[in-house]
Amino acid sequence: MPFIPHTAEEVKAMLSEIGVTGIADLFDEIPEGLRAGALDALPTGVSEMEMLRALESRAAADSAGACFLGAGCYDHHIPAAVWDLTARGEFMTSYTPYQAEASQGTLQLIYEYQSMMSSLTGMDVSNASVYDGASGLGEAVLMALRGNKKAKTRTVLLPDSLHPHYRDAARNICHNQGVDFVSMALDGNGVIDTDALEADGPAEFAAVVVQQPNFFGLLENVDLLTDWAAGRGALVIAVVNPLALAVLKAPGDWGSAGADIACGEGQPLGIPMASGGPSFGFICCRDKLVRQMPGRIVGRTEDLEGRCGFTLTLQAREQHIRRGKATSNICTNQGLLVTAGTIHMSLLGPVGLARVAERCHVNTRDLVARLTAIDGVSERFTGAYFHERVLTLSKDATQVVAELLEHGILGGLGLADYFPKMSNDLLVCATEKRTATEIAQYAAALEEVLGT
Amino acid sequence: MSEFPQELRYASTHEWARLEEDGTVTVGISDHAQDALGDVVYVEPPEQDQHVSAGEEAAVVESVKAASDIYAPVSGNVVAVNSVLDTAPETVNRDPYGDGWFFKVQPDDITELEELLDAQAYAEACENDEQ
Repeated sequence: MPFIPHTAEEVKAMLSEIGVTGIADLFDEIPEGLRAGALDALPTGVSEMEMLRALESRAAADSAGACFLGAGCYDHHIPAAVWDLTARGEFMTSYTPYQAEASQGTLQLIYEYQSMMSSLTGMDVSNASVYDGASGLGEAVLMALRGNKKAKTRTVLLPDSLHPHYRDAARNICHNQGVDFVSMALDGNGVIDTDALEADGPAEFAAVVVQQPNFFGLLENVDLLTDWAAGRGALVIAVVNPLALAVLKAPGDWGSAGADIACGEGQPLGIPMASGGPSFGFICCRDKLVRQMPGRIVGRTEDLEGRCGFTLTLQAREQHIRRGKATSNICTNQGLLVTAGTIHMSLLGPVGLARVAERCHVNTRDLVARLTAIDGVSERFTGAYFHERVLTLSKDATQVVAELLEHGILGGLGLADYFPKMSNDLLVCATEKRTATEIAQYAAALEEVLGT
Repeated sequence: MSEFPQELRYASTHEWARLEEDGTVTVGISDHAQDALGDVVYVEPPEQDQHVSAGEEAAVVESVKAASDIYAPVSGNVVAVNSVLDTAPETVNRDPYGDGWFFKVQPDDITELEELLDAQAYAEACENDEQ
């Protein structure tokens, strides 16, 4: 449905039809004292040319060289077809296209997205997406609490190896909801200390969150943790990188019975980094929890004539029907980003996705080998990892990152801000886009910066 | 025209209660309620052994157009839940006073039944609702 603005003549005719002289008359109910007026504090507008010049110079200031920064947002290659198609008007500018009678194409796309995410995570169902991975975790926690009716407490375990932003978002979203977050401490090797959990972990808890790979890129003992939690009557919430799932065990296969909810960030699937957004969060779950799932869900059904069709379903979960008792206040999804993600997954397929994941891991291993060959650089943790690694430097890591930037390298994340005791630690990542040349340049620059 | 079986007691929130010979109380929703709801697609029952209090939510019934809370008409422990509704929620529409029962409680206090409406009073309340 195209958008065609009214002409001045059409406006005049409509106003005259309802007996009003100007548009301003339609706002006559608003008291003088409340009117915004001329908005004097706004500067005068600039031309398109001037605007582009201003923004281009700002963008130039932003550009760095090769990106070795991960920590939840990754520099992956996006095939040109993804945004060529996603930018089509039918997808880009359609507004809330979820009416079954008008938007079968959109609904089918979302259904296929849901099918792909369920398959990738080893779960039964997926919703149509939420804003991002971090808020998705908040929703997943509330979902688990609603779904675990037998739980005697509202205690939820969060690992210290969880992405700090996800922890903060979960706490914010669950604020005032009576959720008791308890930390799971890490062992000396950067993963959840499962011995300590068995020995003196909390006796009663409703759910446990496990991120795989964790914030440090390390692989947690997901089978042990899943079975332990299930044995205590708790639900397991998996926080996962969808690209990593092409090579790692799906949450549905963790332990004997699998995780109950899988959520995470969809950015690695065809979404540009774009200074942190927009992207989409995915939430998938077992059948038994589907009525606790927040957000939109598209279902497949048949019309009166037996033809296949798609529609929003299970809407009694949502606030326009259930009001205060809805599963969430969310009444949207990230349709455009989901479109890009779905096209990206279709183009790559499971084989292509696995190849990308493997290349990321090979490149990260090469990066780690090159950098640890330098005096004053060592691996902080041993143990299996995927796609990211923490390196301990002989200097303050945040300072090193700043100096690497002057060499045109975005070197990684200094961990001091999130882990005060880790001020010399740097989280690095090499995606499939990093070349041997770039890695060599990084090594040379780091050698210089560390002064060895 | 809705049915209002004489031997039952009713809550103004449209649940019915029936005292059984073994002293338990069976709970369901009235014919008027199932008609207003439309096709029932899902019932979320209380948990076995859960304690419910009179006037508080005990279950949820979901139709194609709404989701409504079901309030316990009397207080007590849930001793049985109608598992037929798991796979055939439409039973609530077909036979609201018989096969479409929701749950049974072992009541804390039988006298709570007397605080409920009789068929006559409930029928009148429904008529007033419709005006």
